[in-house]
Amino acid sequence: MDDLLRRYGRGLTWGFVGLTFFWLVILVILPDFKLLESSFRPYLPVVDVGGPKDTYSINNYLRIFGGEVPMSIFGFEVLISPRVKVLLYTLWYSGVVTLVTFLLAYPLAYYLAKIVSPKSLPTLFLLLFVPLWVSEVLRSFAWWIILALKGPLNAVLIALGIIDTEIRWISGYSPVIIGLVYTYVLFMVFPLYNAMQSLDSNQIEAADDLGAPWWRIHWRVILPHSKPGIASGAVMVFMLSAGSLLVPAIMGSTTSGWFTQTIQGIMLEEQDWNTGAAFAFMLLTICTLVVTLAMWVFKVKLSDIAK
Amino acid sequence: MQKYSRILFHVYMGAFLIYLLLPLLVMGGAAFNDSKLPTIIPWKGFTDQWFIAMWNDNRIWIALRNTVLVAIAVVIIAVPVGTAGAILVNSINGRVRSILYGMMVAPILVPGVVIGISTLLFWNQFSVGSGLHLSVLGQVSYIASFVMLLVLARLQSFDQGLEEAALDLGATHAQVMRRILLPHLYPALGAGAAISFFQSIENFNVTLFTRGGADTLTVYVFSKVRSGITPTINALALLLILFTLGIAIWYEVSRRRRARIEAAREAEGRRAEDAELA
Amino acid sequence: MSAGIDLDNVCCDFGSFRAVDHVNVSIQPGEFFSFLGPSGCGKTTILRMISGFTEPTEGVIRIGGKDQRGQRPNQRPTALIFQNLALFPLMPIWENIAFGLEVRGVDKATRRKRAEELLALVDLHDSADKMVSQLSGGQKQRVAIARALAVEPAVMLLDEPLSALDLKLRQHMRAELRAIQKRTGVTFIYITHDQGEALAMSDRVGVMSQGRLQQVANPRDIYNNPVNGFVASFVGENNILGGDVQNRAEGMASIATPIGTFRARLADAAEGKLKLYVRPEHMVLQAAPGAENSVPVTLTEVAFEGNFVSVHAVTTNGTTLVAELRNDGSTPIPASGAQMHMAFDARHSSILPDSANAGA
Repeated sequence: MDDLLRRYGRGLTWGFVGLTFFWLVILVILPDFKLLESSFRPYLPVVDVGGPKDTYSINNYLRIFGGEVPMSIFGFEVLISPRVKVLLYTLWYSGVVTLVTFLLAYPLAYYLAKIVSPKSLPTLFLLLFVPLWVSEVLRSFAWWIILALKGPLNAVLIALGIIDTEIRWISGYSPVIIGLVYTYVLFMVFPLYNAMQSLDSNQIEAADDLGAPWWRIHWRVILPHSKPGIASGAVMVFMLSAGSLLVPAIMGSTTSGWFTQTIQGIMLEEQDWNTGAAFAFMLLTICTLVVTLAMWVFKVKLSDIAK
Repeated sequence: MQKYSRILFHVYMGAFLIYLLLPLLVMGGAAFNDSKLPTIIPWKGFTDQWFIAMWNDNRIWIALRNTVLVAIAVVIIAVPVGTAGAILVNSINGRVRSILYGMMVAPILVPGVVIGISTLLFWNQFSVGSGLHLSVLGQVSYIASFVMLLVLARLQSFDQGLEEAALDLGATHAQVMRRILLPHLYPALGAGAAISFFQSIENFNVTLFTRGGADTLTVYVFSKVRSGITPTINALALLLILFTLGIAIWYEVSRRRRARIEAAREAEGRRAEDAELA
Repeated sequence: MSAGIDLDNVCCDFGSFRAVDHVNVSIQPGEFFSFLGPSGCGKTTILRMISGFTEPTEGVIRIGGKDQRGQRPNQRPTALIFQNLALFPLMPIWENIAFGLEVRGVDKATRRKRAEELLALVDLHDSADKMVSQLSGGQKQRVAIARALAVEPAVMLLDEPLSALDLKLRQHMRAELRAIQKRTGVTFIYITHDQGEALAMSDRVGVMSQGRLQQVANPRDIYNNPVNGFVASFVGENNILGGDVQNRAEGMASIATPIGTFRARLADAAEGKLKLYVRPEHMVLQAAPGAENSVPVTLTEVAFEGNFVSVHAVTTNGTTLVAELRNDGSTPIPASGAQMHMAFDARHSSILPDSANAGA
């Protein structure tokens, strides 16, 4: 604080503090507290708000249970509430999306960091950035056109003689996964690239020189060095996928529910903002828990990611 | 073997670029297809009717106006807020710094649904109803994080000695800010403004819950995709892509020009250096 | 207008670390004064306290007799030249130089004119519209000086400004700095760890170690009459011999060292652990033993360095002594292995206290 005052003087310092306060407290922290507080209150007609019925309870959270549908988890058939099922599918497929983006991004990041000549890097990055400048809704829409029953993908596959009749792509979770991977793969490429770029190429050459086969070089040298990049990319992609509403809504069908869609239904159709708050908070905590757990399993620290 | 694997990598890079860009071409191409549905197959001939239909669609214009107004408001708030946050984080140390930094980065990872609902509930208790003004506040809460990261990175390359030199020459703190620090930050502020603008334009989740009844382009496109779609959307999409692409290319070209000028200056400095020592 | 500076019992603590410890010194108006010492001795802290970036923990700093407590850097009549120069990279040269005038509200035409005058003063014509990156190291140096002079400071503070330069250029800039100081008459306070720089440019030098001012004197006295072992060692080479001091009288004394008893100068006040210091260039080699201060040696190494000859020799008990002989043709250059006598004049040797801080 002394340093700040000396560098910027009283007026500017209070300006910075004031703006930051407005951002973090008024726009972030207080609304989050309000979300938490609302999630424990019942959804009441306006006249009853603040009345004797307005008491704190966890009833909103319990609304995730109720009703039973069959679901198969690792081969076991269980009966489970439809909303829990949607939540589990959301987490599971977000994990799948994270894994697929990693597999797609790893060779690309390696290529950008260690193989391609630095001269062509700016152009390549410009090309890679193009989809990022295009909004998510349009990118999902593009795939919606491609995957349509009478769309170009089926036409090409039939023309090549790979399939005889058109495949109904838009069903189940696969189009959602395709859309999410396409939308978020670059969020995996850039952190991975940053991590690999900081690796001294001599280390790779030394390993090569010592006779290590290429897969061992990747497994023992490049992969460990890239861990912080993998971690930040994975956290980004997982959180973005689980929190996405556009992609599942556009690419999804009646057989694919995403938890954000559940929340949207409660908020905008049922107009039950309190349960909506409870479910939103639940989404945030459960995603954070999954991320923390994954970081613990893979022995990554938060400070590695912050880099 | 080495060469073989290099070729494989080049091929992969090419395939990846096709994977990224082809869908956008397909979508753009469908804007010119004389078909009631947005597709390129079957190709029923070239038409410009979807652009004309778009031009005459009043809802698009309203949505566009809303989108731009929201984006401008977001830029105006998020850039100063994020910059102030970055300067603050940059000039403190220790635990407070890491806590503050964590709080500033976290909103990027928070699902938009959560931000949208919490903003709605928070302002609703003060009888501030939903509408685009809430969309602005909700969007700023996480877009400011991007600005903060960009400005912080730029601050790291700033020589604090320049501030001291200016103070020593008699400048006030405000003059140091205006003449020394801000000019150094301009590239980051420009990039921050651009990112804020485009993040705001494409925002969906926060806007959906806070917008009240107002349309933005993203919400409008979404509603069209869900209910009876015509290639008007493709026409709109193509124009949006060309617009953003144009800005991106202009940015890159001017960046390269500046880099060239700076390289020429440094070469001159090195020549002067050699002449001095000769 | 130039001003004198008084440091009155100035201390500066960083946490539990005392960077500057009770420094007292009066610097005259128009003087070229250097603080000389190894890195970490507190000299930069002194400079930052004078310029106002750091506040003294204790003591008072006066500039032109005026107490500077509570005065911020932009309110003090000082101009600082930073070690890395801190030129503003985004402004052309003339705006750099005129920045101090700009923030004082001087109009643009006057600023431009003044900048060009100053550029002429530092011998840099036709560079007004260039950018900083287009200049060489020496040219940047001059711009930094011109920028500091533009605000017509009473005191110029220079923080090792030559350290980034090439050796040859550094020698040239020494003379130039000294000339500019004489021309402008501004008080210069110069910080350096290079004793050559300090001795060559300064009117007076203050040698510092571990936060304390060890000695303030003109360069000749610093070199010839150091007050303690630290100063003697920091500003030049020495043959150092420990021993017991006897027969103190009239500023002279005898010291019984392991290789013999010698007579040398000794300050009356000197106390504590004392050692004999003799500079290599004050050592002479002779074939026969002298009347006093002479010791038989065997030459082990004779290195011809051009303008002088460096001779290493060992005494009978194995102590190494070093002599530097001028290559002026007056004596033949001895050969390695020769048995000779090394001698020195009592007036050119000193018995000095170690100083508690020596060796820092």
